[in-house]
Amino acid sequence: MIPISYYLVLSGILFGCGVVGFLIKRNIISIFMSIELMLNGVNLSFVAFAAQWHALSGQVFVFFVMVVAAAEAAVGLAIIIAVYRNRETLNVDQVNLLKL
Amino acid sequence: MQSVESFVVISLIKSVIAVFVLLTAVAYSVWLERKVVGHIQNRWGPTRVGPFGLLQPLADGIKFLFKEDITPPHVYKTLYIAAPMLSVIFALTSISVIPIGNWVTIAGVHTPLQITDVNIALLIILGVTSMGVYGVALAGWSSNSKYSLLGGLRASAQMVSYEISLGLSLIGVLIMAGSFSLRDIVDSQSGVFWGFIPRWNIFHGQTVAFFVYLMSAFAETNRMPFDLPEAETELVAGYHTEYSAMKFAMFFMAEYANMITVACLATLLFLGGWHGPIWGPAWMQAILPVFWFLAKVFCFLFLYIWIRGTLPRFRYDQLMAFAWKFLFPLAVANLVITGLVVALRS
Amino acid sequence: MLHLALFSIFGAICVAGAVNLLVQRHPINSALSLIAVMASLAVEYLLLGAEFVAAVQVIIYAGAIMVLFVFVIMLLNAGEEERTTGSRVAILFGIPGVLLGGVLVAWTLIQRSGTDEVALGALPGSPTTIGWLLFHDFLLPFEVTSLLILIAIMGAVVLAGKPEAETRQAGKGH
Repeated sequence: MIPISYYLVLSGILFGCGVVGFLIKRNIISIFMSIELMLNGVNLSFVAFAAQWHALSGQVFVFFVMVVAAAEAAVGLAIIIAVYRNRETLNVDQVNLLKL
Repeated sequence: MQSVESFVVISLIKSVIAVFVLLTAVAYSVWLERKVVGHIQNRWGPTRVGPFGLLQPLADGIKFLFKEDITPPHVYKTLYIAAPMLSVIFALTSISVIPIGNWVTIAGVHTPLQITDVNIALLIILGVTSMGVYGVALAGWSSNSKYSLLGGLRASAQMVSYEISLGLSLIGVLIMAGSFSLRDIVDSQSGVFWGFIPRWNIFHGQTVAFFVYLMSAFAETNRMPFDLPEAETELVAGYHTEYSAMKFAMFFMAEYANMITVACLATLLFLGGWHGPIWGPAWMQAILPVFWFLAKVFCFLFLYIWIRGTLPRFRYDQLMAFAWKFLFPLAVANLVITGLVVALRS
Repeated sequence: MLHLALFSIFGAICVAGAVNLLVQRHPINSALSLIAVMASLAVEYLLLGAEFVAAVQVIIYAGAIMVLFVFVIMLLNAGEEERTTGSRVAILFGIPGVLLGGVLVAWTLIQRSGTDEVALGALPGSPTTIGWLLFHDFLLPFEVTSLLILIAIMGAVVLAGKPEAETRQAGKGH
């Protein structure tokens, strides 16, 4: 038996690390991975609240979040590949002009 | 109800025995393969080391231990060393949920003949199979050579594509059994129908699923006729080009352990597990199910090796087209039809 | 006691993996730390009783999505990243800002939920019960997400495929 706030604090730490990664990273794939880390933190708090209030719909929603993350990863990585083909770089600071 | 400590101690003992038995089985399946492929190719196979070459795996093990372990200077050290370890870890993990017999009482302890009886056992095996892709992909990338990178990418793409039809072919069995627990699935295959045909899933409606599973499993474990990523005539040796001695032996062990896991899973899901004719006194009634299980696994391994010795290998584009254009629609069709039949019957 | 021990071990692995993701310069190391985070999160889900969600986390998130990430990093051969003025400014203002926000959120959460406790395996989420919910109460979201995946597949194939002009050139060249 441990307090629910432990799980919520862990989820908050993961989410915070995801936000920090999104801000400080310059490689576009690393930024994308920070987004996935944020989604994982949110999943943990969903499952924790589901356990606290005995509502299974929390776990069902985690399932949907994972499906959406999969679709987003597929399309996002395809976009990254297309950007790399045109700009030859993965550094977001260098992809700052509309013209090549 | 057992206490936590006794559960942990019993599980540890069972894990040690299971890993030991699995590693010996891996060594002797290598021997079996060399003998059977040799006879198919009209030659003897290993005969010199011990009677019928039975000590050949021991000689091979000693060779691998004493061979010079070369680490090329241009590799990413951490991943290079970690990749074969990852392969072996995931190959040995899936054995922990595979049951080989009924509940037995040994020395006053009532325990199932598997390390733990989880009720999502099949999902755990699928999860471990998905994670097994990392060993191959990271080996190919960390070796920092073009043959390894291409071989690793091809092998991982192949494994990921065939994972889908592997999973879908198992869902038909799940619908008929109603549970993810391997023990429940085997128990749903007990008994006979029409008086003498055993109620195994392969006869009871999942024949197509069995063949889809067979072909997907061959591709998952990178075996003939799907072993393009590691064939010597293709990309030198694919993702394990730059590996020598013990690390190469670990990849080898992981491949054969995967083969044995797939054979055990096919036996449990399609061939009725440990069900077979049982007779005799009580101690024999506990041993006979294990014997039937091992006999069926042996038949499946023999089939693996027989196909390896007989068929030529697929080209890579043929391989991927086979997965996406043939096996995947077939597995989905099997799933839909099974679901319809079960829903209309109940 | 067992619950607290397991939670602490795997929680520590999660946090260490997340911090390692931030600190590492090469994306492949960040990807591997993220895989470690996801695997230990799967164990945390198991501690709360969500067995189906834990298995799906390993199969889909750690076993398929992260494989896709690792593939793309291997294919594009992304090197180590450099520090620019932008990233230095972000480190200077971003980390304290997020720390402040995080402390605020954590304090609010602890105030609100107080001493509510959860047991080991509090809400057993077996595949049967979750399947029932998915196909009865959540049928519409389920079908919509399948459509979403179909759209994502088509989009990924179109975006990452070779551009039209190149294939036509290659065809003419033969």
